[in-house]
Amino acid sequence: MKVTLKIWRQPDAASKGAMHTYELDGVSEDMSFLEMLDVLNEELNGKGEDPVAFDSDCREGICGMCGLMINGQAHGPEVTTTCQLHMRSFKDGDEIVIEPWRADAFPVIKDLVVDRGAFDRIIQAGGYISVNTGSAPEAHSVPVPRDDALRAFNVATCIGCGACVAACPNGSASLFMGAKITHLGELPQGQPERDTRVVDMVAQHDHEGFGGCTNIGECTAACPKEIPLDVISRLNWDLHQAMRHGH
Amino acid sequence: MTDMPDTTLTSDPSHDEPGDHGDDAAGYYTPGEPIKDTKAPTGPIDERWQTRKFEARLVNPSNRRKLDVIIVGTGLAGGAAAATLGEAGYNVKSFCYQDSPRRAHSIAAQGGINAAKNYKEDGDSVHRLFYDTVKGGDYRSRESNVYRLAEVSTNIIDQCVAQGVPFAREYGGLLDNRSFGGVQVSRTFYARGQTGQQLLIGAYQAMERQVAAGTVEQFTRHEMLEVIVVDGKARGIIARDLVTGEIETHLADVVVLASGGYGNVFFLSTNAMGSNVTAAWRAHRKGAYMANPCYTQIHPTCIPVTGTHQSKLTLMSESLRNDGRIWVPKSKADCDKDPRDIPEEARDYYLERIYPSFGNLVPRDIASRAAKNVCDEGRGVGPEVDGVRRGVYLDFSAAIARLGKDGIEEKYDNLFDMYARITGENPYETPMRIYPAVHYVMGGLWVDYDLQSSIEGLFVTGEANFSDHGANRLGASALMQGLADGYFVLPHTIRDYLADGPFEKVAEDHPAVVEAKKAVEDRVAHFLNTSGTRSVDSYHRELGNIMWEYCGMERSEDGLKKAIDLIRTLKDDFWRNVKVLGTAEGLNQSLERAGRVADFFELGELMCIDALNRRESCGGHFRAESQTEDGEALRHDDQFAYVAAWEFAGDPDSGGMGTPVLHKEELVYTAIEMKQRSYK
Ligand SMILES: Cc1cc2nc3c(=O)[nH]c(=O)nc-3n(C[C@H](O)[C@H](O)[C@H](O)COP(=O)(O)OP(=O)(O)OC[C@H]3O[C@@H](n4cnc5c(N)ncnc54)[C@H](O)[C@@H]3O)c2cc1C
Ligand code: SF4
Ligand code: FES
Repeated sequence: MKVTLKIWRQPDAASKGAMHTYELDGVSEDMSFLEMLDVLNEELNGKGEDPVAFDSDCREGICGMCGLMINGQAHGPEVTTTCQLHMRSFKDGDEIVIEPWRADAFPVIKDLVVDRGAFDRIIQAGGYISVNTGSAPEAHSVPVPRDDALRAFNVATCIGCGACVAACPNGSASLFMGAKITHLGELPQGQPERDTRVVDMVAQHDHEGFGGCTNIGECTAACPKEIPLDVISRLNWDLHQAMRHGH
Repeated sequence: MTDMPDTTLTSDPSHDEPGDHGDDAAGYYTPGEPIKDTKAPTGPIDERWQTRKFEARLVNPSNRRKLDVIIVGTGLAGGAAAATLGEAGYNVKSFCYQDSPRRAHSIAAQGGINAAKNYKEDGDSVHRLFYDTVKGGDYRSRESNVYRLAEVSTNIIDQCVAQGVPFAREYGGLLDNRSFGGVQVSRTFYARGQTGQQLLIGAYQAMERQVAAGTVEQFTRHEMLEVIVVDGKARGIIARDLVTGEIETHLADVVVLASGGYGNVFFLSTNAMGSNVTAAWRAHRKGAYMANPCYTQIHPTCIPVTGTHQSKLTLMSESLRNDGRIWVPKSKADCDKDPRDIPEEARDYYLERIYPSFGNLVPRDIASRAAKNVCDEGRGVGPEVDGVRRGVYLDFSAAIARLGKDGIEEKYDNLFDMYARITGENPYETPMRIYPAVHYVMGGLWVDYDLQSSIEGLFVTGEANFSDHGANRLGASALMQGLADGYFVLPHTIRDYLADGPFEKVAEDHPAVVEAKKAVEDRVAHFLNTSGTRSVDSYHRELGNIMWEYCGMERSEDGLKKAIDLIRTLKDDFWRNVKVLGTAEGLNQSLERAGRVADFFELGELMCIDALNRRESCGGHFRAESQTEDGEALRHDDQFAYVAAWEFAGDPDSGGMGTPVLHKEELVYTAIEMKQRSYK
């Protein structure tokens, strides 16, 4: 099939960007979306034009490296990552608009590549359990009810892609943060630091320039791992508790 | 070039007799001194690690802050080491090419991690895990290292649970286990189909905690392109900031490579797009031996190739073989029919037929080769790519009838979804199609018992080293090794080396630093100034085809020699005719790929030479000349029970590979007896 691509091109962080239009023929429906862009890049390279920069690594939907706004939707029309989206979701003659994540806290580096370093810094602020290597007790010394473990797992599947931020009109990272708070908060091992964790992570979140949550729910609709909206309630609950405890 | 004296010894080359198996690679290499000392302590095997930990010298806590450690890689092996050494108070610099440490390819591991906890009381023990690993590796691994791996495996689970890794649990709240990869005990811990992700997030969070504590400094979107060796010791690296393009010098007292595997030499593999050999290969060129590079694991259950646009292959977890039955049509005429219309009696469940006792659960290497054989016979299914159908059915209809659709959904839901997304077919209704793909490399940089390479002060951990899996890795053992190395082994062995530090400061204008930096700059300039006509990817794809054809599931003397010629010709063309646009300043993804492909060429050549030299079949390495009457792999312990450690002997300044030097490390088993594997 043949598609018309409108792609955001921006040489570097300092330059202004603009949309460019490319026609691409010979696209097969078995191609993944990123393989379609690979084909475009081979063509551009052949013509002596700079290929389009975009991020990807695992191309299996698990590393969280990829992420594009496709026709205004984070990761495109299916509930999956950009790398797992296939061209059979499009049809011959379609026009496809491709942009980078847009958020104040995710500055563009080049074309479709953005800087998500803010996510690492939120984790640094408290998204962990403090246990030095070698000091752990025997694994079976603390049983964890199966349902708690399952709930922790379900939200621990967040891949840190940033689609929730890109989809949110306020550019909030509450879903990402709530997923981590819930993952660690569901487990007995996560209790001792529960108050400080939430307070410190939220402070870092705000400091990075992410917006506040107004409960619109665009984040969870865009999330390829279907992280549920109630992790944000959990985040708010934990924050209130921590404040009541004097943090 | 060679006058292969011994290949004519047997009249039928497919059935080598015991005895002298010639010197197929004569002329392609130079024999070197054997490796005598691996630094493994002597004494009973179950006391060696305790001995080594005790004898390894300690570093005074107040000195640790003055010791600089560079760690390249943030996967399980690198991330765990960065966290642990940071906690101990060393000054760590951590590098990865992705935009966050959490994205290292360990994240993609699905199935699970082994540990000898014996929670099921099913007869497991450290000794049994040790035994299974050595046997699974087809008796080509170093026994003291493997024993240590089994020994520390139990600590890994404790550590991960304490970090909050949400492993699967039973109703009583205790950890669940499953059996995996052809062993008879249940020792695999898992987090649904995302075990690697959960373990890596655990290591990542531990590492980020140290970033906050100021002991670890992280350099993301940085690619290591050279190691700095001063007076025989590794003292730093040259890295390119992939965002600004700046070529940076980072100096340290010790360097750790945890840069993962090099399966992408085949172009198509289950590795990540950026997985590379560059970090390891640059070290190899500076004196680190490369061990058993030809040992490649080809995984039987991957989604088949659909066309020439394909950028990577996707693994479908091995656990599917527990419930799926593998078959192809008996007759070629049926290959393009709808599988549901092919009656039972016209199907060939070839694994069940050939291996009645293990059936669909034979080890990976055996299942893979069997699939290749039936497709070579023209009985493959699915679309034709380059004139051959390369696919076999993995059929769940019997399991669905037995367990119900819900039962299957609960077990494999995410895998079935992924399959449907990629292929557009519904695996609940029509059998899956699978085909083997390159998945893991057992080969890697040679290390001693301390995980130190043949360059002093250069340590290598995780998939990047060769150490624990011999010629074939068991399922769920790579995650175990990565975390064992990173959390529990390296932190002890590296302190013995650092006890002599801090070493004399190296100045940025030291000739070795200047030389290393210039080499990187020259390479970058070369790629950008070669106004060639072919894209990097087109070369990579062609190299991958050569490797897959001649150094893939089955290797032969003629094929390997042909491959070496083809690689050399293609490599020359690459250096003259590659087309890389853009500039050295700023993000330039074609430039990044060009550097990686350049190193894959040299690695590919060495893999073929190693495969040519090893005229035996063992684990993932199958030589057509070395098989039994009924086509099974045949080892030759009398001649090949050694690790092949290759020394680079080319001119580091020119593109030339030279003639590599082969150092043999003899494998001696004191705690286990060598046997031929049988799965019939
Ligand atoms: C799809 C898949 C499924 C798997 N499933 C399992 C399983 O179920 N069980 C199991 O035990 N094993 C499994 N494996 C194998 C296992 O996941 C890997 O062997 C293991 O995770 C490797 O870990 P590592 O830390 O050595 O390297 P990686 O996790 O690959 O990390 C490499 C690191 O090095 C960095 N790096 C590389 N080169 C450079 C450079 N030049 N400069 C800077 N940084 C660099 C990368 O950025 C990355 O941080 C699987 C593998 C794959 C591909
Ligand atoms: S919550 Fe979902 S959308 Fe947000 S980073 Fe995690 S996986 Fe991505
Ligand atoms: S590339 Fe890894 S999630 Fe898409």
